[in-house]
Amino acid sequence: MATVTETAAAARAYEPPKPIVEFWHHFSQNKGAVTGMLVIVSFCLVAIFADVLSPHPPAEQYRDALLRPPFWMDGGSTRFLLGTDDVGRDMLSRLIYGARVSMVVGVVVIALGLVVGVALGLAAGFLPGVVDIAVMRAMDTLLALPALLLAIVVVAILGPGLFNAMLAVSVVVLPGFARLTRAAVLTELSKEYVIASRMTGARLPRLMFLTVLPNCLAPLIVQATLGFSTAILDTAALGFLGLGAQPPTPEWGTMLADALQFIQRAWWVVTFPGLAILVAVLAFNLMGDGLRDALDPKLKR
Amino acid sequence: MLRFLLTRLSLIIPTFIGVTLLTFAMIRLIPGDPILLMAGERGIDDARYAQLKAELGLDKPIIIQYAHYLNDMAHGNFGKSIITREPVFKEFLELFPATIELSMTAIMIAVLIGLPAGIIAAVRRNSVFDHAVMGFSLTGYSMPIFWWGLLLILLFSVNLGWTPVSGRMAVLYFVEPVTGFVLIDAWLAGDWKAFQSALRHLILPAIVLGTVPLAIIARMTRSSMLEVLNEDYIRTARAKGLAPPRVIGLHALRNALIPVITVIGLAVGGLLGGAILTETIFSWPGVGKWLIEAIRRRDYPVVQGGVLLSATIVMIVNLGVDVLYGLINPRIRKGR
Repeated sequence: MATVTETAAAARAYEPPKPIVEFWHHFSQNKGAVTGMLVIVSFCLVAIFADVLSPHPPAEQYRDALLRPPFWMDGGSTRFLLGTDDVGRDMLSRLIYGARVSMVVGVVVIALGLVVGVALGLAAGFLPGVVDIAVMRAMDTLLALPALLLAIVVVAILGPGLFNAMLAVSVVVLPGFARLTRAAVLTELSKEYVIASRMTGARLPRLMFLTVLPNCLAPLIVQATLGFSTAILDTAALGFLGLGAQPPTPEWGTMLADALQFIQRAWWVVTFPGLAILVAVLAFNLMGDGLRDALDPKLKR
Repeated sequence: MLRFLLTRLSLIIPTFIGVTLLTFAMIRLIPGDPILLMAGERGIDDARYAQLKAELGLDKPIIIQYAHYLNDMAHGNFGKSIITREPVFKEFLELFPATIELSMTAIMIAVLIGLPAGIIAAVRRNSVFDHAVMGFSLTGYSMPIFWWGLLLILLFSVNLGWTPVSGRMAVLYFVEPVTGFVLIDAWLAGDWKAFQSALRHLILPAIVLGTVPLAIIARMTRSSMLEVLNEDYIRTARAKGLAPPRVIGLHALRNALIPVITVIGLAVGGLLGGAILTETIFSWPGVGKWLIEAIRRRDYPVVQGGVLLSATIVMIVNLGVDVLYGLINPRIRKGR
């Protein structure tokens, strides 16, 4: 009896590490990826607790303090840590609320792109013939236009605004998800477990969503993370061009556009919003790269 | 080879039809009456309304409209701007050289810096230089270029006064447009002062537009070189006692360049998106700025025609890259 337990224990000891443990092992060795993740977590916290963290309301105009410099410069005060803009709004508070806008943008854009893109990709992968060709040619058309041009076309149709800009950018990220899903489905479809599942009589929806889709998730997670950076960057670009969020929304790209005319007098209104965009985008790119290295078995050392 | 070309060409046709459908649908998808929208708040009288409706072809059945649309395009008729009343195609042709000049300079900067940087980073793997290149590359790749442009203007134009803030050339110079590229025209005319002025106007926007491609090229070159440097034939070449520059320059680089060329090609196609932002920041009189202004003014014929023309050019560039790729890589060509 004792020997049986020992053997079982020994067998357990030789079990391969759980996928999640193995993933974390690879991911945590990538310093850049971990840094990216920490930055993203802090951005999320800032976005969630914006009401508590920001020293002033983001749209409050202090008419007695227009274009005040940051506190370490002559004329700056600790009342406005990063200075104020041309109508006397606190830069720091607007940046903090801008984090909330950008995170919402990222989540909405990726959620929309992911749901529609995965659905189209699944349809194309499982239904060869007319559906496949129609979906993939449509995706090719979207990919034929440069990302920003495509977003601009969509906004030109829908009209400017933050929500329409989000829709536009989700159209931009959509083909990536659709293609990736289709490719993953086609690889999975020829594997034994799918054939076995078919033999036991699984119907199409079950095959699609329960059998095959979970096994296609790894590349989708990577693409979604990298897509966050596209979402933030392109929405900010649209905001900058006056086609995205409209003033007084504290969106980073829109803030930059507002600041353009003060570039000679007030460097801080131009520098900080852009820096925020860069750091956020960089963090998602770093984490996305790390996820890809950790999730892609081909690249594992 | 001909077969390869034809296959590629046939693949582009559905995409092209898709783009024409998209631009065709544009005006029709706008919520509300597009003509009233274009007229703006001032309103519009009935005669002009009917005229515009006929001009845009909105008074006929949708299938007929599309057939007319395709027919017009085939004859180079992309409609007229509502604001300037000029043919869209003519305006596009006038502005396009400025965009090409900017884009070509940008891609040249990107290749001339990105390629050597990537090669050296790969050869000196894990050195300080390698880490610096990778750091810069990742930052460049994540860069909001509209902000990057502003920073450069802040530093070089506002603080140092080295470069002008906007435009293609100082207004006091004039060169006869021969090629449409101000830089070449000034050189052809032998006007040294105008050439200098054009160059100083061009350099900042080109750097801004070239930043993202530079980052991508450096990164791709590095990883492609690293892969190739591990191959057996490189070890053989080294074992034969060939000089390291010969091994890297001849044996490794030739094979490593193939994926890099694809990436450069894709970057050229994508430059147009960046050009929209760069031209807006630097008031560069090109196609990108024209498109954005047309959207702001609700000049839909310009938006429609401009998008279609731009998309067509991007598709042609991508096709060219595909063909070039087939030429240098027999595996792709024969595989089809």
